This record gives sequence, C-alpha cells and structure tokens, in this order.
Amino acid sequence: MQAFTIITGLVAPLDRVNVDTDQIIPKQFLKTIKRTGLREGLFYDWRKQKDGSQDPSFFLNQPRFQGATILLTRDNFGCGSSREHAPWALFDQGFRCIIAPSFADIFYNNCFQNGMLPVVLKADEVLTMMQNVLATPGYQLTVDLGNQTVISPDGTSARFEIDPFRKDCLYRGLDAIGLTLQHETTITSYEARRKTEAPWLFTDLSRNLGGV
Amino acid sequence: MAAQTLFNKIWESHVVRAEPDGTTLLYIDRQLVHEVTSPQAFEGLKLSGRRPRRPGATLAVPDHNVPTTDRTLGIADPLSAIQIRTLEENCRDFGITIFGMNDIRQGVVHVIGPEQGFTLPGTTIVCGDSHTSTHGAFGALAFGIGTSEVEHVLATQCLVQKRPKTMEVRVDGLLPALCSAKDVILAIIGKIGTAGGTGYVIEYTGSAIRSLSMEGRMTLCNMSIEAGARAGMVAPDESTIAYIKGRPLAPKGELFERAVQAWQQLKTDVNATYDVTVTMRAEDIAPQVSWGTSPGMVTGIDQRVPDPRTITDENQRQATERALEYMGLIPNMPMTDIAIDKVFIGSCTNARIEDLRLAASLAKGRHVAKTVHAMVVPGSGLVKQQAEQEGLDLLFKEAGFEWREAGCSMCLAMNADVLQPGERCASTSNRNFEGRQGAGGRTHLVSPAMAVAAAVEGHFVDIRHWS
Ligand code: SF4
Repeated sequence: MQAFTIITGLVAPLDRVNVDTDQIIPKQFLKTIKRTGLREGLFYDWRKQKDGSQDPSFFLNQPRFQGATILLTRDNFGCGSSREHAPWALFDQGFRCIIAPSFADIFYNNCFQNGMLPVVLKADEVLTMMQNVLATPGYQLTVDLGNQTVISPDGTSARFEIDPFRKDCLYRGLDAIGLTLQHETTITSYEARRKTEAPWLFTDLSRNLGGV
Repeated sequence: MAAQTLFNKIWESHVVRAEPDGTTLLYIDRQLVHEVTSPQAFEGLKLSGRRPRRPGATLAVPDHNVPTTDRTLGIADPLSAIQIRTLEENCRDFGITIFGMNDIRQGVVHVIGPEQGFTLPGTTIVCGDSHTSTHGAFGALAFGIGTSEVEHVLATQCLVQKRPKTMEVRVDGLLPALCSAKDVILAIIGKIGTAGGTGYVIEYTGSAIRSLSMEGRMTLCNMSIEAGARAGMVAPDESTIAYIKGRPLAPKGELFERAVQAWQQLKTDVNATYDVTVTMRAEDIAPQVSWGTSPGMVTGIDQRVPDPRTITDENQRQATERALEYMGLIPNMPMTDIAIDKVFIGSCTNARIEDLRLAASLAKGRHVAKTVHAMVVPGSGLVKQQAEQEGLDLLFKEAGFEWREAGCSMCLAMNADVLQPGERCASTSNRNFEGRQGAGGRTHLVSPAMAVAAAVEGHFVDIRHWS
C-alpha cells in the first residue's frame, strides 16, 4: 500500500451533507472486476445536467479545481453501501485526503486500506475552510499525518485525532494482511481453543451443502 | 465476572489478540461473498500468492447482477455476465462453496445465510456488503466490510478492529395492526438520524422486539446500517432456536444441544450498561413512508411532506429543499396524496416468506391500479418455491403483480430492473438515495403491507384504515 506522510495540495469543495456512496460512484460502475479506472464514474450523476451535458457548476467540472488532491466536505461523508469502489474512484481522480466533520464507519475504514487519509476536523473549522476555498482561487492546504495537523495558507493549524495503529500503518504504507499473518501462531492456537468450546463453528460448509 | 452486554460477550469470545491501545485482532467465524465486492479481493490473493485460510468457512452467491426474468436465456449485459463468471471461477480456484445462478438455493446473500443455517447466534459474520447487519437478528455480530477486508478475512480469518460503543434501542408495547418491523426501524432512523448510530453496535430490546418473528428481526437489523450503526443485534431466544433447528448448516444432534446451551447464555446481563439508550413506544409508531433521499427523511403516513421554511437549521433546510426538488414533492402535501408509478416488493429487507405471505393476503381479491406497474421479487429461490407451494404467486399474479426470479433486482437496479427518470416507486427495500433504483428515479421506502396498498390505490394510504 502507498504510504501517506505529508501532502500539500489544491483543495476541492463538496458542500453537501450525507454524501452517500451511491452518489460517489453509481452502481453501473460496480460491474468492473478491477480496482483502477473508476474515475470515470466518480459523482457521475452530479457531474451531468438533466440533458446529459456536463454541469459547469459542479466542482469537478470547474477548471480551478483540476488537480485537487484534497476533498473538503461535510458531515457523514461516505454513508450507505460498503463499496470500496468509492475510495478507489476518489483515489483514481487524484484525491489523497478527505476532510470532513464526520464520516460513515465503513467508508472511513476503507480509505485507510487504500493509502488515503480521512481527516475529521471540527464543524466550524471545516466551515471556515469551505468559505476560504470558495473565496480563494488556488487555495491549498497541507495535511501532515506525522503531526496530525492540517495547516492553512495563513499558517493556522488544526489538529486531528487518529487511531495510532491506523496512523502507523498508513504512515509506513504497511501491508495489513502481512501484519496479521505475523500472528499466525496466535490465530492457530485461538482456533484450537475455540474448537473445543464451540465445535459447531468449525464444520466445513461445503460438506453440509453437498459440495460445490 | 462483571455484568456484560450481548455485544461484549460475542466480542470477548472472538479476541485473538489485543494491543494495549485496544486495537484488536478479531476472529471471524464466517464470511459471505457476492459477485460485486469480491473480484478485487480474489485478485489480491492471487497477486500475493496467498490462499484462503479456511475456505470451508465461506459461502458465495451471485445476487446483485442476476436477471429476475427467465435465466435460461443467460445474462444480457456482458459486464454483469463477466462479474458472475469471475465469481464462479474464483470459487472454483479457491475451493469455496457457491450457489450458482440456477441453484434453487440462490438468492440475496442476506436471505440465504439465515435460510441455510449459516447464520448462528454468537458468531462473527462479515460480508463485503453493508446489510450484513441483517444477520444480527440471530444474536450474531455481523457487519459489512470493504473489499480489502474481504481479502483480509479470506487470507487470515481475522480482522483488525477497534471495539465499537454500544447503543440500546428499546421498544416496548404493542405495534398497531399491520405496522411491522419495517415501520419500527424507519421510525428509529427518523428519530436518531442516519448518523445517529455511527460508531455503535445497536442492540434492540423490549417487548415489541421480543414479539417480532425472526423475519421481522432480520428486517429490523438489516437497516441498522441506515442508522449509521456498525451492526444491529437481537439476543437469541426460543424463536431463534426454533428457526435454526434442522436447517442444512445448523449443528445436529448432540452438537445442537450443546450449541443451544451456549446460545442461551447470549443475553445482556441485568446490570450491564450500554453507552447510550434510546427508547420508543410501539403504540406511537404509525406506518412509515420516506419522503426524501436519505432513509432518515421519513414520516408517518398520517403526516405531511415537510416544509423547509419551518426548518431553522441551515444545513437541514438546504438538504430538505434539495431532497424535495429531487423527489418532485410539494411542501405540506399530505403523504397520502403522493401518487406512484411503480411498486417493488423485494430486497434483503422485505422479501422473505413472511413478507410475501402478508403482501399476498392483502393483494388477494384486489387489483393493482391501472397507473401502476408492480413486481414481486422473492429473496431467494427457496422463498420463491415455498411461496409457489402456498399459492402466493397466483394471488399476486391475479392481482396484477409480476412474479420474478430471486435477486437484488430493483433494490439497487444493477440488473435490468431499473426506474426511469422521474418515475416514483413504493419500495420495500432499504435505500432511497438519489438514483438508487435508476438515475432520476424516486424511491419511497415502505413496508410490504404499505406497498401493496399503494399498488392497489395508486397512491399511499394509511394501512391501518384501509378496508
Ligand atoms: S437486496 Fe439490496 S440492500 Fe440487499 S444485498 Fe441486495 S442490493 Fe444490497
């Protein structure tokens, strides 16, 4: 996985609450069997106007936000379906960090699996940044994972909390499965103990279902 | 030992290893897999040369993309066909049991798990699907995960987790006639909001919950995710055990007796505390209808469409305005004045046999309005078979409903069952997001009983006074 340490980048604003994963990437783009190339579906319905043409008012269609790496948005971002296609599509578009006052659980977790940093800031901090992004062409932020801060162009910094384990994995770009496999003997002894406590959990499903 | 909640008991029995900061390696007993969120996980295994740790702990089924019309014709959409073929190939390559598209046991992943006895009390169950919360109805800890975690569980049978907080949602009393689990959960979401449960596992308690059937409990737990919760659960009891007994994957004989003894311990101790408790009276719950583009935008059928001008919170007002515009609704109009074009009875929320029995009994002797197109999509092939044995299909067909093959269908419209722009649908599914059932489509979430009444009348009606 790609490591995330510190980035300075252009900020794109999505001033809406409860943005769900069906909006981030609609179902017709979930038919892929790949993780890449999902940018095409990102906010597909919101990018277009009723007649099918591109909506020039939607932020992704505005020249000033091209190349943005930080998405600034509102409460409960990423609610709804568990589709990891949502962070894949954001990543494919170039976003590396998403800042919001709150996130839905599964989406938040999915970001970390893909080298992306979801940052939770206070609602008033996000509001100020939102106003500044809209008022200031070329508005950039610096997101420093090591120090857990988001630094504004005027030098003010906002601190965010993050779980230490997640931080470490993301900072070093560690392979999550590889880390778990380091505890293989512990897993094996857990299974051995559980087999005596609750043997019914260890029947092979295929045997009771008459094979594949 | 200190008093514990149901959640704590299951959590504790699955801790493989815990770091001082609370980061926990949690053992996962069982995993369900479907075609949409698994290809990249299997690809990951292949790329890293890893094998599933316990292929026999995973069950796969295609459901999201499958056609609900004649399957002998194959799948028209080549992308859907590739995705389903990929699932079949991956299951073959990795030794995972799959119910293929033409297997009578095929169906929506959250319907077939309980049906097969795959879902057992006290287990940890995951699936790359947010409605995995459904399985909590059996007193399991069941939650949705992303595709990277699907791969993680396949490779290690574990997940790295932080302990969530616990919320009790207590509903006491008696539900009004024809009000159902669907109305209860919609009312709960209306009360706590779509992020109200974020960071929590909900345990549903109280006499109104106890008296729900297993089907009702599944409907309830299914939509825990719409309240933002990681999972929802109901402690197992006699209904749970009776439901499980004799199912293909349920333990048998002496092992079943042992399991039942263990399951009887799975309840929250009297003195245990939750982080938060929310209470409701069942008597206060009217049949619910969503009016907006988020499941929290919901109200009783006897109410009116909200008026944004009366909302003081700026964010909320804007969201309401936007939702009403998308939904094409006028502020203050009575909910019963909303006319519909389509009716969808289906999905992992409300397409089990009990739902279909109730819907068919209400459809009996009536007819779908001329202006409405209505379809019934059973949750699984076995539900369909059972319904046909009971003659429910005939009741539906005589009343003008289409009777389809099992699958997710118009719940998310990944197959050919799609709303056209502007079409308005009364749906027994769980999500009313913009475009969920088709770009520009308008979804109103309701119970099966409310869906049938709306199909017949052409607009929403209060099922309590429907004769
Ligand atoms: S029926 Fe709907 S909610 Fe349930 S698994 Fe299928 S798509 Fe998801």
